[in-house]
Amino acid sequence: MRAKKLSLTIAHRLAILAYIVFALFPLFWLLKVAVTPNDLLYSEGVRMWPSRATLEHFEFVIAHSAFPTFFRNSVIVSGSTAIAVTIIASLAGYALSRFSFRAKYWLIALMLITQMFPLVMLVAPIFKMLTPLGLTNSLAGLVIVYTAFNAPFATFLMQSFFDGIPKDLEEAAMIDGATQFKAFRQIILPLTLPGIAATLGFVFTAAWSELLFALMLISGNDAATFPVGLLSFVSKFSVDFGQMMAAGVLALIPACLFFLLIQRYLVQGLTAGAVKG
Amino acid sequence: MASIDVQGVRKNYGDVEVLHGVDLTIRDGEFIVLVGPSGCGKSTLLRMIAGLEEVTGGDIHIAGKHVNHLAPKDRDIAMVFQSYALYPHMSVADNMSYSLRLRKTPKEKIASAVGAAAAKLGLDPLLERRPKALSGGQRQRVAMGRAIVRQPKAFLFDEPLSNLDARLREQMRAEIKKMHGDLGATSIYVTHDQIEAMTLADRIVAMHAGVVQQIGSPLDLYDRPANLFVAGFIGSPGMNFLEGTYHSGDGKADIRLSDGTAIPIRPREGLRDGYAATLGIRPEHVELKEDGSWQADVELVEPTGLGIILHLSIHGQSFKIFTADRAVLSPPPSLQVNFPEEHLHVFDEDGNRAD
Amino acid sequence: MTPDVTSRSRAPLMRRLAIASEPYLYSAPAFFLIVAVMLVPLVLGISYAFRDVQLLNPFSGGFIGLDHFRTLSEDQAFLRALKNTLWWTGASVFFQFVFGLILALLLDKPFAGRGLVQALVFLPWAVPTFLAGLNWAWLFNPVIGPIPHWLYALGIFSEPNNILSDPHMAMWGPIIANVWWGIPFFAITMLAALQSIPRDLYEAAAIDGASGLQRFMSITLPFLAPTIAITVLLRTVWIANFADLIVVMTNGGPADRTQIVASYIFTQAFKRLDFGYASAIALVLLGLLLIYSMLIVLLRQTLLNKD
Repeated sequence: MRAKKLSLTIAHRLAILAYIVFALFPLFWLLKVAVTPNDLLYSEGVRMWPSRATLEHFEFVIAHSAFPTFFRNSVIVSGSTAIAVTIIASLAGYALSRFSFRAKYWLIALMLITQMFPLVMLVAPIFKMLTPLGLTNSLAGLVIVYTAFNAPFATFLMQSFFDGIPKDLEEAAMIDGATQFKAFRQIILPLTLPGIAATLGFVFTAAWSELLFALMLISGNDAATFPVGLLSFVSKFSVDFGQMMAAGVLALIPACLFFLLIQRYLVQGLTAGAVKG
Repeated sequence: MASIDVQGVRKNYGDVEVLHGVDLTIRDGEFIVLVGPSGCGKSTLLRMIAGLEEVTGGDIHIAGKHVNHLAPKDRDIAMVFQSYALYPHMSVADNMSYSLRLRKTPKEKIASAVGAAAAKLGLDPLLERRPKALSGGQRQRVAMGRAIVRQPKAFLFDEPLSNLDARLREQMRAEIKKMHGDLGATSIYVTHDQIEAMTLADRIVAMHAGVVQQIGSPLDLYDRPANLFVAGFIGSPGMNFLEGTYHSGDGKADIRLSDGTAIPIRPREGLRDGYAATLGIRPEHVELKEDGSWQADVELVEPTGLGIILHLSIHGQSFKIFTADRAVLSPPPSLQVNFPEEHLHVFDEDGNRAD
Repeated sequence: MTPDVTSRSRAPLMRRLAIASEPYLYSAPAFFLIVAVMLVPLVLGISYAFRDVQLLNPFSGGFIGLDHFRTLSEDQAFLRALKNTLWWTGASVFFQFVFGLILALLLDKPFAGRGLVQALVFLPWAVPTFLAGLNWAWLFNPVIGPIPHWLYALGIFSEPNNILSDPHMAMWGPIIANVWWGIPFFAITMLAALQSIPRDLYEAAAIDGASGLQRFMSITLPFLAPTIAITVLLRTVWIANFADLIVVMTNGGPADRTQIVASYIFTQAFKRLDFGYASAIALVLLGLLLIYSMLIVLLRQTLLNKD
């Protein structure tokens, strides 16, 4: 009995170890190649760690390439998108959580539909629509598009956070002398701060990762976001692996930071946007 | 302080009417308790007075002012919620002063109002704490403090004690009564607990299924319940009912149970010969007598400390007696009981009281 | 009672308007943005499917009826993309689900360091998809990646080749990357469902004498079933539309062997700039997804009626 239990425990730990290795190995390899000096890259191809590590690729990428621009563009786009979506989704999520109104079910249906159809369908029409407005090849255009794409999911997410706050609180505030909007701002929003942080994190991560629309809407280097920059770099200079992977590691940093921020809310986020990645 | 006038107030949710025309006039300074089982519409009525629910029909006046369409913030009333609804991100002092800050009251005035309320409720040492760090009873006090700092026209209480344990509930009940004595504020208090209703109210409004059943002083409701619902709801253990048919003649009358047993009563107006009627008597009013007229089989003995509840059956109908006589702790299998005429309640076939 | 009863029972117009409009004001920004940036382009895109819209041809734009669909029915690349989509979606969802469920079951047991383990195994989900794609493309690359060499050492390959350039194996590249990236999603959802199962059920079953396997079959699976169903069904749609990894890793190649419908649409719009044809393909995809959703709804109805 005891031996059986012990072997079960060992099997359990081994299985978990296997998952950890599988999850982390690609990221580890990214880091490994990024710190491998060029002269060792091919001679020590499958070694787990190079005999000599270097930060020269990072230095080069930061000092002599367009990646800092890409990075800055991505931060601007993702940050603005995250803020805009969170504001819009807070308002709409609050309406869904607290009011019953005639158009409510139409609004929910609209947002569900947007979660079901392939966004790639919109690549061509959005390009056609944004061109005359001068919003192609511009960060503002990307922010508008990303904000709309993320608004439905974030609205459901914010709604779930508002649903968790008792209605009594704003009723008490309204009896204390507040309008509903004031109660929302002074009582409900401060209590939703963790939820707001999670929404910011989810949207930032989503915007940071978006590739297809950025590829379509951005053509020059000046307005390129990180994924676009990295991909054009890959297709142009597909030899300098060390630099590309150093850039990849840099792209990973904000994503990991936001992952830590939203880790507690993963379940809520994934169930709110059950169809969203 | 103000009077509150409720006239023909109705409430619909879609096609379902949950309040069927309530009329109620509350005098300045009066303590009114709305009591009834859950779903009877008492909370809905309270929330309509507060402005948290829309009024489907009828009129509500506070201090003579028609308020049907006023937002809650413009009605100048305070409310204590069942969940207390304290703002978790504010200290006790900020919770209490929120309404005053919204009204742009000068700082010194706020400080003195909060200080006075805190002193009255013994909250002084807690003013800087967050609600999370308070016990249930302390939270309850803060909720009351938040209500009294403003000196509103009226206080509304929505089952404020039901989240407390029994001991604390007794204590807070007494405090609310004392506070009402001090402030003399018009108060409406919703509860499903008839003891709270009896102990606190100047007048009780007993409600059932969206209809007011009886309005009166606590002892009115206890001594002369208007119908079977009120008779059964007020008092614990609940009133005994014996169902039968009413028969009268020659200045005498009786109620006949289904097995033919006749229980003599004084003739009552409003009862019709041969129609169904219900006889009611409170457990504490049944007399245990060796020469009693009715034989009862003992089914169960429940000692409560204060007294003893005996579960009996009389001619097949179950029946309770409450007595302080410890001799019945180990009773014989059957007992003799009497129903004193002055404590009998008789209800007609529709359940309404007959005198 | 008073003569002005009727006028009283109606609120002043301004106040009624203010009350009625409040929820609309809250939801207006989201509503207009979604309509303008998603619904309008959707309708526009549907109209493109029946028009000749080419970015580089200024004289295009005319109505051409069903021409695109006629071309489409004979487009071998499209038919292959349809087949690939089934393959891509089926394999990705199956492996993500199986490995995700196993991971969730492993994490459902309390053990020291569980919080840290969770953070580590869920980390791939936070990796931007373009980076996940590039990362795996590099791992499969014999120049810098270890995988071809391992497969060679194991004797599976006769020489260390890139599976992404092997027409018969290429699809496995994006699928493996997708499984790696998507396991956390299933694991997180399943774990949440597992942890919502009342623990006393297991205790009661253990007291009744159920073995570990019996407990899994009679408690865990029935409780998980609704979550599994909804997650798998929705995820299927999502993955069928998910073109990022393929665009990044293979761009549909070699010889369209990894092209799925979603990436084919993107290629048509992005590379050939033929918006009309791209929209026609998108419309077909939309139709297929609609049929799929209908089937799910029907299935749900029949299952519900059975109970």
